[in-house]
Amino acid sequence: MAVRDDVVNTIAAFSLFADLNGPQLEEVAHLFDETFFGEGERILRQGVSGSGFYIILEGSAAVRVNGVDRSTLKAGDYFGEISCLLGEVPVADIVAATPLRCLVLPGGQLEGFLTAHPKVMYRLLQGEARKLKNTTKWLS
Amino acid sequence: MLVGSGPGGLQLSYSLSRLGIDHAVLSDDAAPGGMFRRWPVFQRMLSWTKPFTGLPRTSRAYERYDWNSLIPDEDAHRAIMPPLMDGTSYFPSRPEMEKGLETFAERTGIRVRYGCRWESTKAIPSPARGGGQGGGQEFILTTSDGEYRAPVVVFAVGVAHPYRPPIPGLDQVPHYGDFRPVESYKDHRVFIVGKQNSGFEIATGLLPWARQLVLASPGATKLSVNTRTLVGVRARYVQPYEDAALAGGVIILDTTIEEVHREGAGFVVRTRNATDSRELSMAADDVIAATGFVSPLRDLPALGVATFGQSQLPAQTPFWESATVPGIFFAGTLNQGSPGLKKHGIPSNSGAVQGYRYNARVLARHMAETRFGVRIPRPQLQPAETVRFLLNELSHGPELWHQRSYLARVVHLDRDRGISDEGILPLSYFIDAGGPDAVAVALESNGQGDPYPAVYLRNNGVVSERLLPPHPLLDFAGTDYQRQLGEILDPVLSASPSPA
Repeated sequence: MAVRDDVVNTIAAFSLFADLNGPQLEEVAHLFDETFFGEGERILRQGVSGSGFYIILEGSAAVRVNGVDRSTLKAGDYFGEISCLLGEVPVADIVAATPLRCLVLPGGQLEGFLTAHPKVMYRLLQGEARKLKNTTKWLS
Repeated sequence: MLVGSGPGGLQLSYSLSRLGIDHAVLSDDAAPGGMFRRWPVFQRMLSWTKPFTGLPRTSRAYERYDWNSLIPDEDAHRAIMPPLMDGTSYFPSRPEMEKGLETFAERTGIRVRYGCRWESTKAIPSPARGGGQGGGQEFILTTSDGEYRAPVVVFAVGVAHPYRPPIPGLDQVPHYGDFRPVESYKDHRVFIVGKQNSGFEIATGLLPWARQLVLASPGATKLSVNTRTLVGVRARYVQPYEDAALAGGVIILDTTIEEVHREGAGFVVRTRNATDSRELSMAADDVIAATGFVSPLRDLPALGVATFGQSQLPAQTPFWESATVPGIFFAGTLNQGSPGLKKHGIPSNSGAVQGYRYNARVLARHMAETRFGVRIPRPQLQPAETVRFLLNELSHGPELWHQRSYLARVVHLDRDRGISDEGILPLSYFIDAGGPDAVAVALESNGQGDPYPAVYLRNNGVVSERLLPPHPLLDFAGTDYQRQLGEILDPVLSASPSPA
């Protein structure tokens, strides 16, 4: 499912892609697919294999662990990277809290994408570091 | 109300009729067939019908090998395509496909009001359906033949409206659908924007005619034989790719198209490489935009129907209802807007006849039960036969073969009511909706090896996934599979009573 024409402009404002130039953003837009979920639909399912790496274009989503909402994701946020990087099933549900438009990359393509775009990989690492910091704070 | 008389509309109308659901079918066309009344431009399908399989053509199992016939309940109307084909190819010609659809419509008595154009749509509150704010509504379709009113509308209008990305000058060049007789490209330099099947179809047809062929788009070409799915250029159209690899005169570029402008009798196309930003301009006698299609949804977005992606597909629930406007459903290739699990990034086959013909049958049953008060009986199964039944479906059920990780065979393992065959359901619905103890089986692929069975067991409301290994002969009926599936089902099956 190729993406809508306005996707390049939308993702140009996302911190994950802040270091990419125009043609590189266009390449990203062609590499990813676009997808849409109605309110209440599940995007990632705890324990179900074969999921992907998602970046939210519009709308918001809940991170739900064992039925309890833990946090909210919004435009520019991404999810699914942990199960893609580890090759394991997701440990949380992601549920559309509003109608949700996303970009998606199949899990098996994430490594190739990140190694071809080291600046995106660095930004993603920063994001993971932030998540780890928040979790550590929460645990202490 | 159902709008459209392509394969999706015809299959849904047929399936609704067999469930006794009154409906009207409208079509702007003059005859059945939808896009196959015109396309593909080189007049041959990309979907095969294999005439000789060792299976009776009246069997469900044969449908796995026949991607083009619609699927009736009566043996007499099954496998309409093979006898209509002239034997020169297992890909039917476009006229053979059109004839197959016409024959199906005629033999099964599908009634369509042809030459009736859907023009606009209104939603009104329906007091009879708990109308008013947040309540039920009805729809009024204004057509070239007056107004039609219905509580449920289904659009099967295809994805066949030409699309051009907003590239300066691209609006000045012909689209795939405007392709001229092939002789008129004799000794021309032809620049094709787009590297999907439509671009490669044109390139294949032009190999004996064009002087030079350039195919360009930002993304790298994928081949179906590598992705092991329908994603990518199909083997039928790979010849230009080999020609490029062996430097025969075809050039394939991974570039953005910056601009197309006229120069003399021809064009100059300016491209930019995504990785090193290098610009390259080249002259061409013809430029063709093989840049895809959008769905012709008219005023539905203004009514609140959310769309997404370049094809502006309507976003849909697992049962192909608009994700944002209840009561509006979709059939045919528009079903791509209900992506399902899309495991490993592999889409369903809902974009093609062999996939969406099953969606239409599931949708008819769903609408009959949820909107029209029809209760379809569920066959009961004995515990001892359940494992064999499911393995037989995995080995031979055409719905599972054509709609992997998308449609599933569902059996309820209810402690009170016994074991019942619930039929074919969308897999994502089964996983997400909850319900009694049950099992769903599907075939799945991961884009690498052979397809393999997947088992989803719902036990006390919790769904767990178990993947079984692939089999080199794609036969899942053997004792190994019986043992493995038996072990998965045992905790629930042993607690279920036999039907009375």
